[in-house]
Order: sequence, then structure tokens, then C-alpha cells
Amino acid sequence: MLDIFRHRRMWRRQRDLKPAYDVVIIGGGSHGLAAAYYLQKDHGIRSVAVLEKRYIGSGAAGRNTTILRSNYKTPEGARFYDASVKLYENLGKELNFNLLFSQCGHLTLAHTDRAMFVMANRAEVNRLQGIDSRVIYPEEIKRLAPAMQVENPHATYPIMGALYHPPGGIIRHDAVVWGLARGADRGGVEIHQDTEVQSMERSNGRVTKIHTNRGTISAGHVLNCTAGWSTLICDMVGVPLPITTHILQACVTEPVKPLLDVVIVSSQMHVYISQTDRGEFLMGAEIEPWTTYRMQGTLNFLQEVTRHTLELFPQLERARLLRSWAGLCDLSPDYSPILGQTEVENFHVSAGWGTYGFKAAPIVGKTLAELVATNRTPDLIAPFAVERFYEDKLVSELAAAAVSH
Amino acid sequence: MSFLLTCPNCGTREVTDFGFGGEISARPTARPSLRELGEYNYFRRNVAGVQREWWFHRSGCRAWFIAERDTVTNEVLLTELPRGPGSPESVA
Ligand SMILES: [Zn+2]
Repeated sequence: MLDIFRHRRMWRRQRDLKPAYDVVIIGGGSHGLAAAYYLQKDHGIRSVAVLEKRYIGSGAAGRNTTILRSNYKTPEGARFYDASVKLYENLGKELNFNLLFSQCGHLTLAHTDRAMFVMANRAEVNRLQGIDSRVIYPEEIKRLAPAMQVENPHATYPIMGALYHPPGGIIRHDAVVWGLARGADRGGVEIHQDTEVQSMERSNGRVTKIHTNRGTISAGHVLNCTAGWSTLICDMVGVPLPITTHILQACVTEPVKPLLDVVIVSSQMHVYISQTDRGEFLMGAEIEPWTTYRMQGTLNFLQEVTRHTLELFPQLERARLLRSWAGLCDLSPDYSPILGQTEVENFHVSAGWGTYGFKAAPIVGKTLAELVATNRTPDLIAPFAVERFYEDKLVSELAAAAVSH
Repeated sequence: MSFLLTCPNCGTREVTDFGFGGEISARPTARPSLRELGEYNYFRRNVAGVQREWWFHRSGCRAWFIAERDTVTNEVLLTELPRGPGSPESVA
């Protein structure tokens, strides 16, 4: 029988939990799996369990709009996300798994003088970090996105220019989850799905026991990689977080012919648009302003996102929506993440990801793995410690990240 | 559908009529340290369950009021006007 017909598992079947691991990672999303992958790959740490309460990629990792970019506003943010995009560029080859990564280019539209000024500022910050990013004008926008209505005398938001970021693009999110899981599993990491952490015990400033629905375990280090649920996990060990949980929504149209091969974002119109490899137009908007843990979409979102998309792509007027969904986002006050050590010695967090966590997955995994292996905070993540909120030293990405992508 | 809120002045409206003011938290003492101020400004309980929170009737009477809402179901249990000076939510 030819090998290609044989059913092969991507990762090993679930066994019983062992009583102890060197590292326990809570959350089987892109961050948790990336941390597990880099722990074994960079540091040879194989006694690792990833605990996922549902199935891997069932949270934000499987609900995002798959956009990658690094044109952030602060030098700290731009440097960090650039390192992430560079890791993503090689990840498919490294994992021997096609992640369908397309660096098709990313356009952030500007509709006012003020927005043009902010774009120019971002382009300068980006270029100082060696990131390909520049301001372009309507002629070039039309060349890059010929199907988009760029000059519309009746537009609510006329297009004055855009921040063009050529290395930005889209990557298949499920493939990232599966590829990292397979890579981690082959390196000896255990992936436990349907395994929910219910409480933790803390003594002498350390997490000593983790109680799950499948038994109690202990760990040398514990990583909280649970995004929208981060507060609930941190509550179990008494670590306060400056985050709130909100829903972010997205939807897709039925497949249409290829029209658009760049990512279009408008912060003023609160919309981002790309066309998937299947031909669907993928549209996302803003988080809902109120906090919630309920992943249910709103009609208001569908009305707003389609109205704005139609202003840019009136030819989609008759396209039907195929599906829509919502995911949870853990929003931090300065729109930058909260990353690294906490007041509990062996408990580390990756939280405060708002709407930009997926694009950071590989660099979060790599830096958290280094933190665990060396007990030292890598320089790249030092600006993102939770301590900054006690000292009022914020890393404000408001202008570059407040719009989701 | 998201959910409905009942403004104590105007009655029941869609949530899009209102501005969200966040969970109600205790104000710090008269002369807070930088750390206490940081806790008040930035740290949130972010509960999964019933939360007392501020709302603002943006497209109506423009009054601030309080709601108790279950953040897991989005069920609104009650809405009321703030109780004035001395109460936990007092802004005086
Ligand atoms: Zn009212």
C-alpha cells in the first residue's frame, strides 16, 4: 500500500497526565503551542504539557483574520513584531508544513490630513527599525488594488493616501496551529485537549499545584497563554491584570473571482478586508466597547462592516455572507502586550493581546521559552512587563493598534 | 443581536444607544501612591459573572447610570441611577 493512503496522526493520542512536568502551558492556541515548540527546539526542554480546555486553536488562534504585519508605531512594538514576521517567514520550512503564507502587502488607508501625518510618523519609525514601510498616494494605491474604488466623489471617507507595508500579508491560521502542534509533539511535548485548569495552589510565592478536570499536576514553570481568559487564570494565583475582555467579530462572503491581492485596512472606517485563497472576502471590524465573555456576534457589526466594505468595493453588492463569528480579545490599556514574569516566581504570562496576538505567536513562543530556560527576561520583551502599569510607563500603540489590523 | 439596556430615565434601548464606562472600582485614598494610582487607573477585575458597571446614555438623555450585567450571558439584571455622595460609586 502506498504510504500516502495511510492515515497518519498529526500528534500523538492523549495519554493520562503525568504527576509533574518541567513546564505546564495553559492554553493550546498559537502562543502556547509556539512556546512549547521553542522550548523543545531551542532549549531541549521536553517535559512540557500543553493544557487546552477545548481543542487546540479553538480560541483566538482559529478566529482571527490571519493578517501579519510589523508596521507598529513605537520602536518597541515595531522591533518585536518585525522579529515575529521574520520567524513566520521561515516557519513553514522549519515545520515542513505548508502555512500558505503570502506576503502580499498591507495597505492602511488614510482619509484625513491628521491620518496622513500619523502614517508619515509610523513610516519613519518603521524605517529606522529597518522595516519596509512607506506612505503612498492614490495613483499607487490604484495600481496595487485596481478593484477598489479609490476616487469616489461621494465617499464618506475619501482616500488621501495609505501606509504601504510590502512584507505584511496573510497566513493560514489553522495551519500555524497544526504545524506548531505537530512540531512540538515530535519534540516530545504532550498536548492535552479537553483538559481544563480549574484551580491552582500557591505557596511561598510559587505555583505548587495545578488542579484540572483530569487530575492534579505540578510544574517547574507555568505559562498562562489564554488570551481572553487570562484574567480568570491569573485570578487562580492572585496575580492582578490590567486587561478587559471583549469580543471581536469577522465575517466572510461567498467565494468570488480573484479581485484583491493586498490587505486593506481603514482605521477610520473601522474595517479590514482581504480575499482568501478560497475567494471569500474576509472582513473584520473593531472590538465591541463593552466587556464580555460571550462569543456571540451582533447584527450591528454586520451592518457596519458591510456598509464600509461596499464603499470600497461596490461590486460586492450582491455577494452573500457565508458566515460570521466572534472571538475573545484581552485588551490592555496601552494596546501593547503584557509579557513575561509576574510577582509569582514560576508563573509567567502572555496577555493583553487585544486584536494583534496571532501575528506575535512565534516571537512570544521563542522569548517565553528563553525566559523559562534561562530565568532571564529577553531584551525584546523587557518593555512589556506588567510592572509598567504600576509605574505609569506605558508603551502606547494606540495609533497603530487601536484599529485592529 | 447584542443586548438591551434600560436607561433609568428613558426606558429600554439597544446597547448601541449607550456608551460603556467600564466596571465600577473603588477610588483610591486622598493621597494615593503612584502604585495605588496605577492600580486604580489600569487594573481591572474583568469578572466572568455579574459585574457592576457604568453606562452613559449617549444617544438619549446623556445621563450616567449603573447596570448589573452577567458578562458570561450578557443578561442585564438591573439598572439604576448612582446613589450620590458617600456611596461606592460616588464621583463627588
Ligand atoms: Zn436615557
